[in-house]
Amino acid sequence: MDVLVCIKRVPLVGGEILLTEDKMEIDDRRLGFGLSPHEECAVEAGVRLIEEFGGTVTVMTVGKAAAEEQLRDQLAIGPDRAILVETTSEFDPQGTAGALVEAIRSDGTNFDLIILGAESADTAGYQTGIRIAHALGRPVITNVKGIKVENGSIRCERQVGSDREVYEVPLPAVITVKDGVNIPRYPSVPGRIKARKKPVDKVIPTPPVARLEKTGLSVPPTKSTGAKILGHGPEAAIALVALLREIGIAK
Amino acid sequence: MSSLPTKAKVVVIGAGIVGNSVAYHLARLGWRDLVQLDKGPLPNPGGSTGHASNFIYPTDHSKEMTQITLESMRQYKEMGVFTECGGIEVARTSERMQELARRMSSAKAWGIEDVEIISPERCKELVPFLDETVILGGFYTPSVGVVDSVRGGTIMRERAIELGALQSFANTEVLGIDVEEGRVKRVRTDRGDIEAEYVVIACGCWSPRIASMAGASIPLTPAVHQMKDLGPVPHFANSKGDIEFPIVRDMDTNMYERQHGSGIEVGSYAHRAILYSPDDIPSNAAATLSPTEFPFTQEDFDLQDEHALELMPEIIGDEKIGQKYAINGILSLTPDGMPIVGETPEVKGLWSCAAVWIKEGPGTGKSLAEMMIHGESEIDMNTSDIARFHEHQKATFHIKARTAEGFNKTYGIVHPNEQWESNRQVRLSPYYEQEKALGAVFYETVGWERPFWYESNAPLLAKYGDAVMPRTSEWESRWWSPIINAEHLEMRQTAGLVDLTAFVIFDVKGPSALNVVQQVAVRQMDVAVGKVVYTPVLSHNGGFKSDLTIMRLAHDCFRVVTGGAHGMADKKWFSDHCPADGTAQIEDLTSNFTTLGIWGPKAREILQSVTADDLSNEAFPFGNCRIIEIGPLRVLASRISYVGDLGWELYVPMEQGAKLWEQIWNAGQPHGLIPVGIGVYGTTGRLEKSYRAFGAELETEYNVIETGMQTPKVKAQDFVGKASHLSQREATPVAILCSLTVEDHTSSTGEKRYMLGREPIMTLDGAPIVDAKGRRSYVTSAGSAPSLGKHILMAYLTPEHSVVGNKLIVEYLGDHYPVTVAGVGAAPLFDPKNERILS
Amino acid sequence: MILVYVDHENGEIDPLSLQAITFARSLGDDRIEAIVVGTGAANCVPTLTQYGAAQIHVAEHPRLTDYAPVAAARAVIEAMALNKPKLVLGAGSARGNEVMAHVAAITDQPLATDCFTIAIGSPVQVTRARWGGNLIEHANLHADVALATVMQHIVQPEPASTPGPGSITNFTITLTDADLLVRVIERIGDVGGGTSIADAKVIVSGGRGVGSAVGFAPLVELAAQLGGVVGCSRAVTSEGWRPHDDQVGQTGTKVAPDLYLACGISGATQHIAGCKNSKTIVAINTDPEAPIMSHADYAIIGDLHQVVPAIIAALRS
Repeated sequence: MDVLVCIKRVPLVGGEILLTEDKMEIDDRRLGFGLSPHEECAVEAGVRLIEEFGGTVTVMTVGKAAAEEQLRDQLAIGPDRAILVETTSEFDPQGTAGALVEAIRSDGTNFDLIILGAESADTAGYQTGIRIAHALGRPVITNVKGIKVENGSIRCERQVGSDREVYEVPLPAVITVKDGVNIPRYPSVPGRIKARKKPVDKVIPTPPVARLEKTGLSVPPTKSTGAKILGHGPEAAIALVALLREIGIAK
Repeated sequence: MSSLPTKAKVVVIGAGIVGNSVAYHLARLGWRDLVQLDKGPLPNPGGSTGHASNFIYPTDHSKEMTQITLESMRQYKEMGVFTECGGIEVARTSERMQELARRMSSAKAWGIEDVEIISPERCKELVPFLDETVILGGFYTPSVGVVDSVRGGTIMRERAIELGALQSFANTEVLGIDVEEGRVKRVRTDRGDIEAEYVVIACGCWSPRIASMAGASIPLTPAVHQMKDLGPVPHFANSKGDIEFPIVRDMDTNMYERQHGSGIEVGSYAHRAILYSPDDIPSNAAATLSPTEFPFTQEDFDLQDEHALELMPEIIGDEKIGQKYAINGILSLTPDGMPIVGETPEVKGLWSCAAVWIKEGPGTGKSLAEMMIHGESEIDMNTSDIARFHEHQKATFHIKARTAEGFNKTYGIVHPNEQWESNRQVRLSPYYEQEKALGAVFYETVGWERPFWYESNAPLLAKYGDAVMPRTSEWESRWWSPIINAEHLEMRQTAGLVDLTAFVIFDVKGPSALNVVQQVAVRQMDVAVGKVVYTPVLSHNGGFKSDLTIMRLAHDCFRVVTGGAHGMADKKWFSDHCPADGTAQIEDLTSNFTTLGIWGPKAREILQSVTADDLSNEAFPFGNCRIIEIGPLRVLASRISYVGDLGWELYVPMEQGAKLWEQIWNAGQPHGLIPVGIGVYGTTGRLEKSYRAFGAELETEYNVIETGMQTPKVKAQDFVGKASHLSQREATPVAILCSLTVEDHTSSTGEKRYMLGREPIMTLDGAPIVDAKGRRSYVTSAGSAPSLGKHILMAYLTPEHSVVGNKLIVEYLGDHYPVTVAGVGAAPLFDPKNERILS
Repeated sequence: MILVYVDHENGEIDPLSLQAITFARSLGDDRIEAIVVGTGAANCVPTLTQYGAAQIHVAEHPRLTDYAPVAAARAVIEAMALNKPKLVLGAGSARGNEVMAHVAAITDQPLATDCFTIAIGSPVQVTRARWGGNLIEHANLHADVALATVMQHIVQPEPASTPGPGSITNFTITLTDADLLVRVIERIGDVGGGTSIADAKVIVSGGRGVGSAVGFAPLVELAAQLGGVVGCSRAVTSEGWRPHDDQVGQTGTKVAPDLYLACGISGATQHIAGCKNSKTIVAINTDPEAPIMSHADYAIIGDLHQVVPAIIAALRS
């Protein structure tokens, strides 16, 4: 089977998020970049399917030229090739989905399965996978925490509280997966060496008009006072229990 | 959290391995009222200590570095945070095998005995997952180990707290340092201000930023060291501890591989130099990992992946072993590769303990505490002295250029005379163009371009034939030319002109000037105006702080002339001894004056031909200085010699240098005057005369008696180190500086080899020579003595070996060579009665 | 008019949908309508009336026996076509976001998920969550009909001061086979064991500081004592010490219990994103300067391995 995994390069923010002067972007000059854990799982899921059934895995992203770094990182764990849909600015969710669909169509591969993360780490629109599915006329299962492919169908589990809902659709399909669907492997050195030789194709998308138009970013205030210290060490347990009784948690 | 005190004796800024060590040793030595600050949390405030690879190889070609490392290892062991695992430095090339032999010599010279060169097969036995077919051998050091530096630092901090000496405040950021009348006064923080007598900057890669708050300079740069952690490794599945296999340094690829629990850590100094400024480092809050763990840049490691794969295919080539963690770790680099330790020359009471790595932390902290409390440290730290930097060396451009060049030499084969390529031609003497025209080959000293020899003297090679002692091996021919020896021989026949512009020159002036120079110098300084005095400068323990020349120019003015390399530290030492009332002052004249030396049997004749002043031995005897007129110039002429021949140092204002050159050069032509390089001045000329050099023979570890430089009488006036000096005179020295000649240069492969210095001297049966103070005999200086037709070595020997004619051996690159003691003490081998100089 | 898509399970309304309808009332439009879809939808009417719904659209279909996101979206689209809302809102839940994304995809409209504020105008201006709420995006929505979802836990569900008239419109959705392709075909109960962290009133949560799977035993005991459940940070599930379903955070579950007891959790932004809306956060940590401290209400400075057993003992006495 042929699997496509869509990923997104995001800065790996630490504690405090710093913004650029114009408040339009995160100041990422001192940050590393990576993927949402959902998407690391998405790539792992794709690679596992190929290990089971044979075929190819392609990773694709819409992003700046620097996103090639993330594509290469992922190629190191097993995908065969990558496609960079190269942009110079952030697309809104419709624009992103549109660019991916355009690239999928122009690539021409009839992907049996397209896997995305449930939502991106940064913009978290929860919609790219669904928009791609509608554009390509395929079913889409979101928030997947369990995957099984059998007889041309994909059966997926989704967490609802402590229960699981089960969905099953015929391939070709689109799924979005959640962190925990698997434990992604780390890239090995031979994997990295191979990744350097794998093809990364670049395509330029038609620039969209933003309909969810970002006008700025701001950082929410944190509690300015900080925590009230109940005490140090085990002796503080008494104070905590008193507090729990006061707020009605403990009797 | 308790509030900051408003006053302290010492504020130590930084709670990494260095700050903790400084605080502990200050407390241990009895100081109280210490405050430690760090802007990060404890126990890992986010500096380089927190992500260090933490392994320690004891051997370094630098004696100072090795001693500090050994002391640090001792402390880590005492704290129970040292795990011995052994280490192998492997060679992939024959050039590296030679270097490993040289490293083994250094190990032995510095007292690390348990080391050996081992075969690839033995490497494989010790490290079964290594591919022995890609290596030619290894240098095995069983005492290599790994430390828990965060734990060690915590122990030291807690000990200082338990002594009631230290209060430690995490999450407290320094915002400013106030200086009043040249002395540190107050540290300002985001939690209040602290007045302090002393402030120690132990802030690793942040140190320049903190120092600049006080107007001081700590010339280091944050730089990236890449490492990655791969795992889990099946070979380590049953390991109980953090490390059970020796650490492998793959020297030729500038990499290391070490077990780290169930994983393997691969580190590199091979990638391009990635340098930052302290302001590029994020705050603790904004950092993804710690502030000094920068995002890994895989493209810089691509080649290193392949190198690691070659050496350890079983592990690195295993597709199931993944990269769990990888960082561009920030560490501190300096333009000359040495730490930055001591009181800043700019601000009294402000001390630096920076660019100190894990392997040096506890030892350096101890040394710094000793310096602060006793004025000197047990281990001579002069190559780490913060005062060593000349002004241009504090420029960001210089720091970046040299660290970038030096970074890839971290595991490099660095020749003892290796020259820097970057940031050259910063300081040019007035004769630079003339020298260039004469084919000068320039070496750099503290920014100055100095001719080491002149290609224009090449025709002399034919004249002197084998007397120039030609060398065949590439290693000893590197950064060397037989022309040096030809220049030497010619100078001894006619005269040589030497550019000495690189001297550091400063005046001590004012009503108290005599007191100051008396205090610093061992020799009597209350001499007639016009006298030149060469004098040792001692530390309190009677060891060598420096040696230099002082001219008395007036009753209240003394001109100090000293070498460029150590001159800035000398200037600080004199300045430290000037009274606070301003009655003696230091005036730096380094850039005001240029110096030309003229020496040789024809020197007087040449100089006399251009001056009306009487230069006869009677009128202008040795050890005097005065103004003479040469053509249109008034020149300060000083009759001394460091090359063993008659002659003068001539001082004129920098802008008149070209004129002076022209006058002397033209006058010298009929007499066969040649230009002579520093190769003669610094090595061959001085070695024949057994002249000692600071940093080679002279260091705080050795005293005047041991160097054989004592005078019959000691001056009545007090001077630094006098008490020690007097008691050392009473005692029988346990080591004596001797000159040795090499009797046979033939190596095991039949090639003639010539030692370059720092090799171990041993008895005929190969045993090390260790004196009563535990100091080993090694070659302090080595070089040709063309007039004697010998290769000379200097070394401190125990008294029983300090006998002329005594036979010993020197180990050089793994081979042993016979040597003979040719001179004991300061007695020169060439012209022992100094007739040439004194006539 | 604002139309709110209300998710329910056999007539039991999802609390996050109640948050959404509560939020809708604050937007300055005096008419709120709700749409409920599928089996048992009619049972939602009384509650929705209490929550101020003027009109409740009850959409059903004989084949729609369990949750089917595309079918639900079709129902919303039909209701939109008939009633012309200015804004259609869903909950910022897995289902709310999913159904609204289908609505957006089918109608080719933009969708603003996880909104904090919505100003209905031209254009509609929103603020919405990025990075799990650690960053706020300010955006304009250029749409024919504004589509949005409400960030979880930014309001408490509250009935309206005056209940809505609660008129009911029943309709049968027009559905194709394709619309019913994606639907719940089976349910597996209680995979995670007991109460889910999403619903728990008390969560005793552990981080890397717990140190091991075994180290969670006291946390389990304390949680049981307090009638709560155990949660954990991502570091813990990556180590395999706890099941993934227990993960609180940006990529795990976003929780809002009455008490969140964070034991040995340093407080990376990705974790804070999942617990910041808890009523009371108490941190137990050795590091008084850990990031969690600036998000916690109370803290005990100390080693959780000593503090947690002490709390258990103190609760007993």
